[in-house]
Amino acid sequence: MQVSTASASFESPPIDAVGVEERVARLRSRSIKKDAKLQALHLTLSMIDLTTLEGADSEGKVRQLCAKALQLHAALPDLPHVAAVCVYPALVGVAKRALEGSGINVASVATSFPAGQAPIEIKLLEVRKAVEAGADEVDMVISRGRFLAGDFAYTADEIASVKDACGEAHLKVILETGELGTLDAVRRASDLAMRSGADFIKTSTGKIKPAATMPVVLVMLEAIRDHYRRTGEKIGMKPAGGISTAKDPIRHLVMVRETLGQDWLDPDLYRFGASSLANDVLRQIVKQRSGIYQSFDDFSL
Amino acid sequence: MTDSTPPTGLTAPKLRLGLRDGSDDGWGYAPAPESTDHVELRDRYGLFIDGEFTDAADGRTFETANPATEEKIADVALASDADVDAAVAAARRAYDEVWSKLAPQERGKYVFRIARVLQERGRELAITESLDGGKPIRESRDVDIPLAAAHFFYYAGWADKLDYAFPGRGARPLGVAGQVIPWNFPLLMAAWKIAPAIAAGNTVVLKPAETTPLTALKLAEIIRDAGVPPGVVNIVTGAGETGASVVQHADVDKVAFTGSTEVGKLIRRALAGSGKHYTLELGGKAANLVFEDAAVDQAVEGIVNGIFFNQGHVCCAGSRLLVQESVAGEVIPKLKDRMETLIVGDPLDKNTDIGAINSRAQLDKIEEYLKIGEEEGAEPFQTSCPVPERGYWCRPTLFLHASQSHRVVQEEIFGPVLAVQTFRTVDEGIAMANNTPYGLSGGVWSDKGAKAFRVTSRIRAGVLWANTYNKFDPTAPFGGYKESGIGREGGLAGLHAYLQPEEAA
Repeated sequence: MQVSTASASFESPPIDAVGVEERVARLRSRSIKKDAKLQALHLTLSMIDLTTLEGADSEGKVRQLCAKALQLHAALPDLPHVAAVCVYPALVGVAKRALEGSGINVASVATSFPAGQAPIEIKLLEVRKAVEAGADEVDMVISRGRFLAGDFAYTADEIASVKDACGEAHLKVILETGELGTLDAVRRASDLAMRSGADFIKTSTGKIKPAATMPVVLVMLEAIRDHYRRTGEKIGMKPAGGISTAKDPIRHLVMVRETLGQDWLDPDLYRFGASSLANDVLRQIVKQRSGIYQSFDDFSL
Repeated sequence: MTDSTPPTGLTAPKLRLGLRDGSDDGWGYAPAPESTDHVELRDRYGLFIDGEFTDAADGRTFETANPATEEKIADVALASDADVDAAVAAARRAYDEVWSKLAPQERGKYVFRIARVLQERGRELAITESLDGGKPIRESRDVDIPLAAAHFFYYAGWADKLDYAFPGRGARPLGVAGQVIPWNFPLLMAAWKIAPAIAAGNTVVLKPAETTPLTALKLAEIIRDAGVPPGVVNIVTGAGETGASVVQHADVDKVAFTGSTEVGKLIRRALAGSGKHYTLELGGKAANLVFEDAAVDQAVEGIVNGIFFNQGHVCCAGSRLLVQESVAGEVIPKLKDRMETLIVGDPLDKNTDIGAINSRAQLDKIEEYLKIGEEEGAEPFQTSCPVPERGYWCRPTLFLHASQSHRVVQEEIFGPVLAVQTFRTVDEGIAMANNTPYGLSGGVWSDKGAKAFRVTSRIRAGVLWANTYNKFDPTAPFGGYKESGIGREGGLAGLHAYLQPEEAA
């Protein structure tokens, strides 16, 4: 394997993991109540990439997911719609038809998701096919093996060629932080991805634990902030995996608010990749409005 | 000296970070006030002498107020010489007749009991601390009260193990300790003083600060309810005169003082030749050195914790920031960004980062230094956070381009004001760090372990942190070099300060 010598363009600042955890603990101590909470819950819904990524996914299941995306909760017609529906390439067409004219994007994972263990030609072909089928957004995985072996040039080239294959579609780069081992590696991968053409950087596939932990997300947000302050370019962020209760996204929004500021509290720049989060958020919204918790059976799948 | 704005660094557009900038076009945090329903505060507090609360002999009182609202909370007895006399006499009696004769395990049990009740009543104490002193509830709840309890737990464990702490020395208590504490960490300072003293077998007369007497008086209730024998702990409230009376009392064997260097010097002068033991924990003007190889975002967080913790009312605050010039262009903008997210306001709001300045007098002092800094030519920066109309407030402040000769670099401000300087070489940074009359604490930020050790060993200060700041633990000794004081508190050293070898006793 050809390993590039670290050149200046692959440099990233050191990360002190203990310090990151302290900062996260302090951010977690923010208390979000009343109107601020309700606002955060609405914002969360608008940022969700409603996701199904199972081997057993059927056209029917995807259509059901799209229907949910269009109407989250019939009893609350004034809710925002989710940002996107995220599926495998084979089901992009189904989702595209179901969401026609709704303003909800179709996102497709590609590049041999989730392991990424395929030849680059096949990955690029998969990306093109997904875009052809109508994907507005592509969620790629990086080749963690090459990255961990220190072959940063390969990773950079890989991302750049996927970006090229995406054409007009937005590119989200999944770092699979659960496999990267250290926050230093998370930071380096984030910097690499942003410099190589990522529109979004994303923590995880959702297939590996740990996934979108707060320290990992904070380090990625700080990378985005530094990139913005150097280049003026706003890169989006998508935590995915393990965000399943309404408390989690509120903590994320606090972290975003205090790291990147108000501008990033926007579905164009922040997304939650989640399969079961929406209903817990809906339940909390109903609780905030009515004072009463409803049964999970009162919310559609 | 080098200029603090090198050409490199972050220049790009501003982030919209202000959390309470008054604009309602975005998402901000709604007020999240801690409920005060379960906190009982009386209108009037007496002196705690010989296990009972009593009025001052001459009936005098003073007011303690909430610095966030300027409203009076309670009248507190003002102890005169006669009251201090009574307190010292009670302490002496308790020492001679009860405490020095009690089996060490029994002594330990009482101290453990105090620790447990402090934990049980933690919420009430945290709220009281924030009401009386102005510090944010986040800190009183997460730092002051838990650490106060931890000190009692730690020293309780030593009570029956003194022979193991100082083997072969036959450790004996000193007798009656007179203790005077400041207003910045009222309950925690009381714990620092009382816990090692009584665990080691001494009895005490403690004087809390006049602006923050309430948690010490609640501690007195706890001590009484814990069944600690009368006179072991006595608490006399008042201002400087009461403190002087405690320190100078002829029957006090040991003086422990935490406060200003100015008063520390008076005390040391007064004690000269008296034969009394003493420890003094005084002012500081700590340097926080950020090297070019530091993890910058975490260093910025450490700078913020170093100076803005407790409104900067911290003797070991990192009040001088020394940044290596090659990263100053990155550190300073990031620091300003981070400061924009600090919420100044209601101490009882769980989201407040910086509470009220402790008193009008302290605010006046800080504002005086804000003027001085500008006159000296340093460049001020303050955040845009709105502050309440009533009460004593100071926005987090930087003085950029500060110089060693500036008073804002040399003198302790004791507020949320950070003097910023840059250095080029490691040696220059160390020289600047040491160029101060103080020597209490310091911080070093570097991703290189060897460098951190090498630099910290060359800084003349009693407490040094590497890649963190303002970390406290009952097992760690705390105290200063030079004008920052004499003696150590905390850990075994802190226990030692309340003991003498058998042959001396």
